[in-house]
Amino acid sequence: MFADYSMGELGAIFAMQGFAGLILFSVFVLMALGLAIIFGQMGVINMAHGEFMILGAYVTYLTSNLFSEYMPALFSMYFFLAMILAFIVAGALGMFVEWALIRHLYKRPLDTLLATWGLSLIMQQIYRSVFGAREVGVTIPEWMMGSLPLTDTIEIPINGIFVMVLATGISIAVYIMMFRSSWGKQVRAVTQNRVMAGAVGINTERTDRLTFGIGCGVAGVAGSAFTMIGSTGPTAGQLYIVDTFLVVVFGGAASLLGTIASAFSISQAQSIMEFFLSGSMAKVLTLLTVVGILMLRPQGLFALKLRK
Amino acid sequence: MFLNKNRFFSNTDLIGFALLALLIFVMLPVGLDVFRLNLFGKYLTYAFVAIGLVLCWGAGGILSLGQGVFFGLGGYCMAMFLKLEASSPEATKIQSTPGIPDFMDWNQIAEIPFWWQPFHSLTFSLVAVIIIPVIFAFIIGVAMFRRRVGGVYFAIITQAIAAILTILIIGQQGYTGGVNGITDLRTLKGWDIRTDDAKVILYFVNGGLLFACLFIAQIIRKSKLGRILIAMRDQEDRVRFSGYDVANFKIFVFCAGAAFAAVGGAMFTLQVGFMSPSFVGIVPSIEMVIFCAVGGRLSIIGAVYGALLVNLAKTTFSELFPELWLLGLGGLFIAVVLAFPNGLAGIYKDYVEPRIALIFKRKMHIDEDVSKYDPLEAAAD
Repeated sequence: MFADYSMGELGAIFAMQGFAGLILFSVFVLMALGLAIIFGQMGVINMAHGEFMILGAYVTYLTSNLFSEYMPALFSMYFFLAMILAFIVAGALGMFVEWALIRHLYKRPLDTLLATWGLSLIMQQIYRSVFGAREVGVTIPEWMMGSLPLTDTIEIPINGIFVMVLATGISIAVYIMMFRSSWGKQVRAVTQNRVMAGAVGINTERTDRLTFGIGCGVAGVAGSAFTMIGSTGPTAGQLYIVDTFLVVVFGGAASLLGTIASAFSISQAQSIMEFFLSGSMAKVLTLLTVVGILMLRPQGLFALKLRK
Repeated sequence: MFLNKNRFFSNTDLIGFALLALLIFVMLPVGLDVFRLNLFGKYLTYAFVAIGLVLCWGAGGILSLGQGVFFGLGGYCMAMFLKLEASSPEATKIQSTPGIPDFMDWNQIAEIPFWWQPFHSLTFSLVAVIIIPVIFAFIIGVAMFRRRVGGVYFAIITQAIAAILTILIIGQQGYTGGVNGITDLRTLKGWDIRTDDAKVILYFVNGGLLFACLFIAQIIRKSKLGRILIAMRDQEDRVRFSGYDVANFKIFVFCAGAAFAAVGGAMFTLQVGFMSPSFVGIVPSIEMVIFCAVGGRLSIIGAVYGALLVNLAKTTFSELFPELWLLGLGGLFIAVVLAFPNGLAGIYKDYVEPRIALIFKRKMHIDEDVSKYDPLEAAAD
């Protein structure tokens, strides 16, 4: 399949597809980070994670409308406020859901899966009733449009770079929260030994709620970033949920580095194969490879060594 | 009492089977017109899947979110045979290549691919309906259970497999009919399956097969195997330390569940007249789990009622209030998990049965032997 292209063309193809893969990678990382926090640290399967992401996207959409209506002068900066709002709204809803639903189910992980699936159906229907079934697009501020020409054959879209910067920034923020803050220490303590953590005075219930809230909040920010590269519909979140779960499981739950590494390999494989095969076959092959590797190495790429 | 517990059919089971038989073979056919009966036949095909899930999930503790894969494989095997029969050269002479299925002709495929060829034979197709999904389940089962992958990971991976198969079917339009699936199925060995008479006959065949599956499931549950499954669900390590090969039991029950689902899929194709990827993917697979959860994940009879009721509600509500249906379904998921983890069967067992038992006891002037209702037994069954 490579024979039809010259070396220079191949290089350009790989660079362009690789870059498209990097954007996909950023979305995966943003979605998977929240999921890895919730699933890796708490062992809860949140099937409504995609809907929390879409919540962030709708918040961004509303903010952009608000700005263009009342403060057109500041429109170019609306995105930063939207991101913060998305984090707060999605995080608050996440904490509410944890209080109302998840905390009753910690001993039954398979049941959280079903319950959060139900939650995702409800959220989808609410989006459909409020925002309509049609997809909505966000007006991208002026400075994010266009692309940077690197060479005559390779061009890089600016919104892609922005999303990547965002993903890197949030990854670093999550890393600091998990490994450098006292909250992160508490979360990791609860993960490793819940009873003992409680015994030394950590409020495990509050830690759980906060963890779930922050996981959902990160999903909200992911949704915000998502509006830069795609349009938002009520069911858009569901499209990504299985991929994201595979990313988290493939990377080894509870390992942030693993999550990032697996998001990178999955997105790159898919994006580069997409050019040579049809999109659906590329996806099938990628998913098959991931499932195959998971069958050989169920603990994922980077497993946390835990005594159970 | 111990003897009573070990009997193949306890009195409750016997009454349950008899009532279900009465409903399926007498009440529904008498009370409904052919169109509605066919609809109920369709619902009952999901009951096959739900019974399989009771064995896998309720008894074995393995939650598969990919039962749609086996339902679909069974259905597609049947549909391929019917499609080949429907695309005789005479019936398809307007195509550029007569004698091949219409969707292949639309996709510029000139001859039937080799893996379609065996489906000219009805015997092969009927065997394939069961064997192919079982082999598939066996491969997944061996790969996963031997490496002690279980619980949540198994659920996610089966879900990914459902996604893969759907994408594959939709992507390979020329060989599978794509997103529309395999449609326009007409006859089975010359017997028109679209007439009213055929629909009634197929309904009864479906009911008979359902009872065969219920019977097999009952055998599995009441045998030593069933007890080991439950032991495995509750204390897997202890079973392993007792010298049992846990993986083999899991593989067996997963394959059994796949076989049931496949039979359901084949009957679905026969009764509805088409098969499409919308019955394979993630969403239908999770819905199948909810049928089982609503009916009661521990009760095979409950699973049948669960499939019937949820589907009936789905048809009714999505016709009357399309907006409310998803909210209702989502609410149902949450309510079943939070409030009634054992579903309808659990409600019956906890609230209805003790009352009935009380009434009967009064009539028969037996002392109020309350200890006969043993909560442990209710939890274990």
